[in-house]
Amino acid sequence: MKPPSEILAAPDAADEAAAVENPVAGIDQAVGDFTYDVKYEFDAGSGLNESVIRYISGVKKEADWILDFRLKAYQTFLDKPMPTHWATKDLENINFDKIRYYLSQGQKPKRTWDEVPDDIKRTFERLGIPEQERKFLAGVEAQFDSEAAYSNVKDIVAKQGVIFCNSTEALREHPEIFRKWFGKVIPTGDNKFSALNSAVFSGGSFIYVPKGVKVAMPLQAYFRINAENFGQFERTLIIADEGAEVTYMEGCTAPKFSTSTLHSAVVELVALKGAKIQYITVQNWAPNVFNLVTKRAIAMEDAEVKWIDCNIGSRLTMKYPGVVLKGKRARGEVVSIALANDGQHQDTGAKMIHAADDTTSLIVSKSISVGQGRATYRGVVHIPKHLKGCKNNTECDALLINTNSRTDTYPAIVVRGDSHAVQHEASVSKVSEDMIFYMQQRGLTEAQAMSLAVNGFVNDLVRQFPMEYSVELKRLIDLEMEGSVG
Amino acid sequence: MSSLEIRSLYVALAATPDKPIVKGLDLTIKTGEVHAIMGPNGTGKSTLSKAIAGHPDYVITSGDVLLDGKSILEMEPDERARAGLFLAFQYPSEIPGVSIANFLRAAVQARLAEGEELDATAYYKRLYSKMDLLKIDRKFTSRSVNEGFSGGEKKRCEILQMAMLEPKFSLMDETDSGLDIDALRIVAEGVNTLKGGELGVLLITHYQRLLNYIVPDFVHVMYDGRIVKSGDKSLALELEAKGYDWVKTELAAATA
Repeated sequence: MKPPSEILAAPDAADEAAAVENPVAGIDQAVGDFTYDVKYEFDAGSGLNESVIRYISGVKKEADWILDFRLKAYQTFLDKPMPTHWATKDLENINFDKIRYYLSQGQKPKRTWDEVPDDIKRTFERLGIPEQERKFLAGVEAQFDSEAAYSNVKDIVAKQGVIFCNSTEALREHPEIFRKWFGKVIPTGDNKFSALNSAVFSGGSFIYVPKGVKVAMPLQAYFRINAENFGQFERTLIIADEGAEVTYMEGCTAPKFSTSTLHSAVVELVALKGAKIQYITVQNWAPNVFNLVTKRAIAMEDAEVKWIDCNIGSRLTMKYPGVVLKGKRARGEVVSIALANDGQHQDTGAKMIHAADDTTSLIVSKSISVGQGRATYRGVVHIPKHLKGCKNNTECDALLINTNSRTDTYPAIVVRGDSHAVQHEASVSKVSEDMIFYMQQRGLTEAQAMSLAVNGFVNDLVRQFPMEYSVELKRLIDLEMEGSVG
Repeated sequence: MSSLEIRSLYVALAATPDKPIVKGLDLTIKTGEVHAIMGPNGTGKSTLSKAIAGHPDYVITSGDVLLDGKSILEMEPDERARAGLFLAFQYPSEIPGVSIANFLRAAVQARLAEGEELDATAYYKRLYSKMDLLKIDRKFTSRSVNEGFSGGEKKRCEILQMAMLEPKFSLMDETDSGLDIDALRIVAEGVNTLKGGELGVLLITHYQRLLNYIVPDFVHVMYDGRIVKSGDKSLALELEAKGYDWVKTELAAATA
């Protein structure tokens, strides 16, 4: 494997051209836009081949079945075409040979912040993670490039039997719990990027909440990309056993590099009978990150799964959190907010697969397109003929800020049978010049007025967030809107 | 004491700058005074108020507007607002999802120096005292700005904002339009509570009836883009009795 110094050489002309085609000017991504020099002990080099996969697996000292799983997935990845026919041609700009697939300082996450090496610790301190942990979290995992640098769960939660660790540790220490569901909610061949993730996954959170345990405070993971030309492929699997309840939150940032970065996660949730899982994402990727994530949950009898998904930043996000409603009376919900700024495409949505009687699903999607930003909603609701009493309600609202902003909605609702109730509503609105003038007349600058209009538009959804996250989201919207006028 | 001076003002739509709507208007208002501008529809009354506030649809082709002797024409609409100009809109915009309390809070915050944080407790105390003063129910401010409001509620919302932002000059554009007599009385009471002292008011109205409730110090008749007649409150009554045709005839005779 090449030492890092060689890989960090100047990007070639093709990458630079790609960067120029997507100019992202004036957006303040300042919060996450910094990078520190870090010495990586393990580096799989650039490009992907079998030896890279063996290297990753070797560094992690994985069991043979995991290596097999990875190698098979790699083959699937190679066989699958890019989904450019229905998505976007921009995917062709991902250069898989330029990406670095594994970078870490070491494998074992630290249990206290004091033990985290200074060069990594200062990143998380600057992002405020240790402070948030003290204030309101039951446990935190902080991933830096490929591996978690820090992972800790409060004693009170650990004593209840809750397992909260990274994928490597989980598959090694608790295979009896995790192997059963690993790759089952989202099979390797689900799509090209789930196959890629299955081949090179590293980090992410594996959580098990035992029967009847209700975790009072949220568990949080923070995903940080620090290195240029890097691909982050975390793998998350959350299992809430019968009657268990857990809220999980993830935040993501990366610095603004001149070349593109790939983030491609696979997140699987399993809510067993009567369990409740709430999964909250607030991502604020730099505007050159390809964010191609597969997220799906399976909900058994009387279980509830709720995805709250906020997509800000990135160059292209493709993400459609789904719930397979497998047990009777299961309930699935996706609440999503997407903000597409100049040069960004947020292609997001939801999938609700009804597979049992009396299951209910709710999709509420709000998107904001700024400047030449493009927001796309894609939804799938599937209710087969043999079921009874299923309900779905889908609501998509789009807000256009400028006349050249773009929004598209592609809802695919397939309902068979005659005892179901399905409702779909969509709206497109524009921030009018009169509304902005009205607010300016009260003393707000144009940017403040825009921010307030956007915050108002998403307000009913933001109120469902934990306090700390709604404050964070408001701040991010303010920052995005600041660069959008003038 | 502050002054708002409008000097030989010409205003046109930005789309058609060669067709002036306001054609050489002069008017000086001082704090403590209430001026009423009356006139038939289409004579440029609303254009005047929007242009002074800096609405992007309008362009000032010549003349000047001075606030305490300084021209405001180069200022952005929000800078004019912070300098002390308030426009009570004829048709206030709805801002879905933004409560009146939060909207006003943002507007008050915008008036603080950079880095200075709003004292939330003091803000709410002041907001509630203004609401009490204007006899507005506490629940009102948790509603989204103007969304689903009746005509009367929209106008009361404007008056509440005016009370909170304490402008030097308030331009009230057809504040009486769309109000039934009870709503009109309530709104007028609000203005009467706030007028005088540190506030100058320019009331723009088509009908005399508003002036039964808010008694002006000066009445001006606007016709074809300029002020053609000024007087005290008795002029309003005269207009009410004789109609605008009287002014037109008089004007025609004078220019003939």
